[in-house]
Amino acid sequence: MSSRRIVPIGPYHPLQEEPEFFKLIVEGETVVDLEINLGYNHRGHEFISPELTYDQIPFLVERICGICSNSHPLATVLAVEDICGIKAPPRGAYIRTIVHELERVHSHLLWVGLAGHFIGYNTVWMWAWRYREHILEVFEMITGNRNHYAANKPGGTRRDILPEQIPQILAALSVAEKKTMMLTNAVLDDPVIRARLERVGVLTREQAVAYSVLGPTARGSGYDIDVRRDEPWDAYGEIPFNVIVCKEGDVFAKAKVRLLETFESIRIIRECLSKLPDGPIEARIDEVPPGEGIGHAEAPRGEVFHYMRSDGTNRPLRHKVRAPSYMNIASNVVAVKGGSIADAALTLAAVDPCYCCTERMAAFEDGKLKLTGKDLLRLSWQKTEQIKERF
Amino acid sequence: MREAEAGLKQRVPEAEVFEHNPRRLYIRIPRERLTEAAKFLHRERGMRLAICTGIDTREGFEVLYHFSEDTTGTMYTLKVLAPKDDPRVDSQAPWFPAADWIEREMHELLGIDFPGHPNMIPLLTSDTDWDKSKYPLRRDYERRNEAHEQ
Amino acid sequence: MKDPRIWGLKKSPWVYHVAAAACNNCDIEILELLTPRYDVERFGVVLVGSPRHADALLVTGVLNRKSLPRVLEVYEQTPKPCLVICIGTCTCGNQLFRNSYNAVGPYDRHLPVSAYIPGCPPKPEAMILGVVKALSKL
Repeated sequence: MSSRRIVPIGPYHPLQEEPEFFKLIVEGETVVDLEINLGYNHRGHEFISPELTYDQIPFLVERICGICSNSHPLATVLAVEDICGIKAPPRGAYIRTIVHELERVHSHLLWVGLAGHFIGYNTVWMWAWRYREHILEVFEMITGNRNHYAANKPGGTRRDILPEQIPQILAALSVAEKKTMMLTNAVLDDPVIRARLERVGVLTREQAVAYSVLGPTARGSGYDIDVRRDEPWDAYGEIPFNVIVCKEGDVFAKAKVRLLETFESIRIIRECLSKLPDGPIEARIDEVPPGEGIGHAEAPRGEVFHYMRSDGTNRPLRHKVRAPSYMNIASNVVAVKGGSIADAALTLAAVDPCYCCTERMAAFEDGKLKLTGKDLLRLSWQKTEQIKERF
Repeated sequence: MREAEAGLKQRVPEAEVFEHNPRRLYIRIPRERLTEAAKFLHRERGMRLAICTGIDTREGFEVLYHFSEDTTGTMYTLKVLAPKDDPRVDSQAPWFPAADWIEREMHELLGIDFPGHPNMIPLLTSDTDWDKSKYPLRRDYERRNEAHEQ
Repeated sequence: MKDPRIWGLKKSPWVYHVAAAACNNCDIEILELLTPRYDVERFGVVLVGSPRHADALLVTGVLNRKSLPRVLEVYEQTPKPCLVICIGTCTCGNQLFRNSYNAVGPYDRHLPVSAYIPGCPPKPEAMILGVVKALSKL
């Protein structure tokens, strides 16, 4: 008779209060299998998209996700530009790059805050989100909104960056850089955090390739892929930057990748601002010819991929959306195996999942032993306390 | 000609390659040759599966497998066509975990079968409040307008 | 003699956050209310971990078929009187997602809503104002 029990667990993501959506199958304290059940966030973007015109679709896909809300419109407009065979003019391209990298900075700071919350370091959470506010203020200044910036349109960008706005952007970047440096040193030097995060939720390189994972999840396992370098778009071909790769595949490696990437992003933004070319910010597109196009961009979580098929009218025939979390979350099945329940929350969070992106949709439930998201957090915090006692 | 293109044509002579631009290749192959072509691109050429797209077209159900050659920044899209009265494409999930979820999604939203899939259960739609015989991404799905009540 | 439950609710509303098919933007803005810039805890607003401790439900998202039964369950579990505050344009009227096969909202078709805070996402200041207005009507 098997000693296995089923632990249906709630969302570790504090933002989602839906009931359970992972089923951990455990023997004793070790997780031996994971079932993922989605569906709570499914809104039907691919169904709605063919009803809208090409200039309306960026507004729709922006609302796939609130955190990576620039990446989806960017990939969409790149797909449309791919069909038409045009590129954004240099100034528009640089502005798009600046907005995209600013999003990466704010998204990684958000993740650092949440990761801190999961392991019980709530000060990290408060500080990371406090200094993220400076970036959101910059967004409001240059695009008009803190989130959902609508900065992309087929052919270029909607709004220009004015010269008088640049000092504030640079000031916000300085703050973000200083605070990220503080958080990075705190994370890399703290023996408790290292003991808590190292060798947890390991995803090997072979597994990463088999599941085709993306972004920091892939780069943390030694799988060296980054769309900005592999197929540069906009300003990426002209601005040098490093792609951060770690080999260990554990949660600590993924945290390192995200923190160090933030510095690279800040560098890219500074360089773009100093080299911002003059000229128009958008190329005119009169009509979209029949054909198909693929647009992909490197979102904070990995490659976001959009495919569009056009029949010559001003609405697409088919619009396929694939967010990075779709590939990354599936890999959790192998990453949580062999770990403890307390580590499960952390492992599931380490891929920086965006459920709204994955499902353009979402999660589920079961009967017996119920552990909610709060219980998981508590278990995670308890483990951190136990580790602290060793030091 | 690119190495990958040449290798593919050698294994699947019926492949028709359309080059939209140097970074975007669309390769039409018969659906029986899909597994062989996909294994070649992933295992021998080291390409990553970005995602699959299912489309309901006049000619039948098109399933596109988008492979990314990250070393060169080129997308190789394999296209197979399944007739409307036999919407069936061999599942790649048994050997390729990356294809698992997307095949489930294409099955539930388009009604394409993937024989050989190890776990063909719905991925996204509701388990309690959804008519499984309806496929929203098919062209004949009845769309409601704003005035139509639930 | 005023109802003591209402008095307690007005002085320090404990809120429970329910997201059903949301893009998470409103959800993040709600969490930002707790961070040092806005810090609603100084007003006695606490984000609780269970609907049974909640005075107000902050609901977000386009309600979809799978989430609906769960949201109704959460509402049943919340002790009355409770406020239901709709945050975000999606909750008020579904907007972009109204024609989706999976959308069953907006929320006021299924729950009694006390306040609507439109915006995509509504700014944190707008959320605070909305909650204050909802409380002042009690």
